[in-house]
Amino acid sequence: MTRFVLGRALLLVLGLLLASVLVFATLRLLPGDVAQVLAGTEGTPAQVAALREQLGLDRPLPVQYLEWLGGLLRGDLGTSLVTGTPVTDEIVEKLGVTLPLAGLSLVVGLVVGVPLGVLSALRHRRASGAVVSAVAQFVASVPAVWMGMVLIAVLAVALGWLPTQGFPVDGWADPVRAVRALLLPALTIGLVEGAVLLRFTRSAAIGALSEDHVVAGAARGQTRTRSLLRHGLPGVALGLVSVLGLQVAGLLVGAVLVEQLFALPGVGRMLVADVGRRDLTKVQGELLALTGLVLVVGALVDVAHRALDPRLRERTS
Amino acid sequence: MTVLRELLRRPRGAVPAAWLALVALAALVSRWWTPQDPFRADPYQQWQGPSVAHPFGTDAVGRDVLSYVLAASGTTVVVAVASAAVAVVVGVLLAALGSLARRWVREVTVVLVDVLVAFPTILVAMALAAVFGGSLGVVVVAVGVGYGVAIGRVGRGELRRVATSDYVLAGRAAGLGAWGSLRRHVLPNAAPVLVVQVSLAMATSVLAEAGLSFLGYGASAATPSWGRLLSDLQPFLAVHPWTVAWPGLAITLTVLSLNLLGDALRDAADPRLRTSGRRPAERTAP
Repeated sequence: MTRFVLGRALLLVLGLLLASVLVFATLRLLPGDVAQVLAGTEGTPAQVAALREQLGLDRPLPVQYLEWLGGLLRGDLGTSLVTGTPVTDEIVEKLGVTLPLAGLSLVVGLVVGVPLGVLSALRHRRASGAVVSAVAQFVASVPAVWMGMVLIAVLAVALGWLPTQGFPVDGWADPVRAVRALLLPALTIGLVEGAVLLRFTRSAAIGALSEDHVVAGAARGQTRTRSLLRHGLPGVALGLVSVLGLQVAGLLVGAVLVEQLFALPGVGRMLVADVGRRDLTKVQGELLALTGLVLVVGALVDVAHRALDPRLRERTS
Repeated sequence: MTVLRELLRRPRGAVPAAWLALVALAALVSRWWTPQDPFRADPYQQWQGPSVAHPFGTDAVGRDVLSYVLAASGTTVVVAVASAAVAVVVGVLLAALGSLARRWVREVTVVLVDVLVAFPTILVAMALAAVFGGSLGVVVVAVGVGYGVAIGRVGRGELRRVATSDYVLAGRAAGLGAWGSLRRHVLPNAAPVLVVQVSLAMATSVLAEAGLSFLGYGASAATPSWGRLLSDLQPFLAVHPWTVAWPGLAITLTVLSLNLLGDALRDAADPRLRTSGRRPAERTAP
């Protein structure tokens, strides 16, 4: 186990390093002069040169990269090219919206996907199971943006249960208002993700139904449902854990789109705005924060999966 | 051909194929003809409900939504096909390097692919958009590379399986070079798995194009796009909620069809699942 964790940690560090190189290289090596963009069309060559020096853009790229990386290790992602404010503080602040949104979405996805997946597996030869499965197939193909619009139209506009857009200005000062603001966006991401989880749970549970230990449970006189829940579900849950690693990427991508749709002040919306302003230092930090999250969660999920699955445990002899 | 016939024999394959054919037809026809000019604004015709003149109604500036949706299908098709083409090239290259190259190349590729697969496509697209500005080309490159890595991962095992099979080894033993073997024996036999991936790559591409165009970093204002229409309609959602149904349904049905087609292709390409019963007797005989 220790060896596995160390190996996975090494792969994670490698992944994070590669992510930092790729993000830096994409934003710096490709054509397009940051100083020129910032100085605008009226900037004189002298101004552009001064700006370049001030931003450190005149130094060799490897030096710039190492400086950025050094700052990164100290938790300093640099300062915004446009506003001059520290990037780290702003990202941390915006994560206060994005992370709860992702967490809430995951909860919605699991609450919707897993029970319905098990149900549709138990009834997979009946019409009701087929209907649930078909609906899930459809929902899994719905673009998050449209799902959000439909939910706004129904739950916010027609029924008036939840606010259509926005987030309290004072943030989490009033937790109830903040959660209410996050509910629709979380439903948007969660329903689409839930449909994916439902399909996975369903096929895993159908497979489990014909496994020996589940059949044996039924042979001992348990109902099929009870036997699946008691003997089959642990295996299904393990598979689910390994899928979750991939789903987290989906949650964060969903967050970029959904934050824009619902005008939520999260990292995703910040990224969209900064790409428009070509604030490369901030874009760099945001991209690294988001991909870093995906990589870290992926590693944690792998380790959790390994720790939970007795079949993968090394024999300690 | 057998695979194609097998695919269209059952509704699971035929229905999504029919929808995709319809989208392709709309894409082709709308290049030269749409019921109305998709961009012509008409201030006297704002927010018309569905009628004979405007079957899908009109939007905030009085554009005919049906014409716009039809014209936008062209954008979707072009982006999906281009993304899938890039993805296949990138994917096959990575799969070949990860399974057939010399040992250290193989190992480096495997680690690289395993790390890269964690990068969300839409973030790659945003990184490119930050440098080049948003465009459909950015979407194609991002999805092509992003999904190409995924294909590289799936294709790796498949290429390895095919490459170690008897007929490929026999070909190599008979003097066929590495490239010749890859082209003549390995790729054709790994094709079923790759074709399924093409279908799924297109589904990813349709969603990514819609998402990025919604954010304003995909199609430009001059290019009709389903995602762009969604963002154009968003401010009026509270008053005119029905119009978003058209682009939304168009995207969903196209993505759904591509997903279903992928599943159906997988089954059709797998001879073990075939039910045609026209299998030659001598093949089952010992």
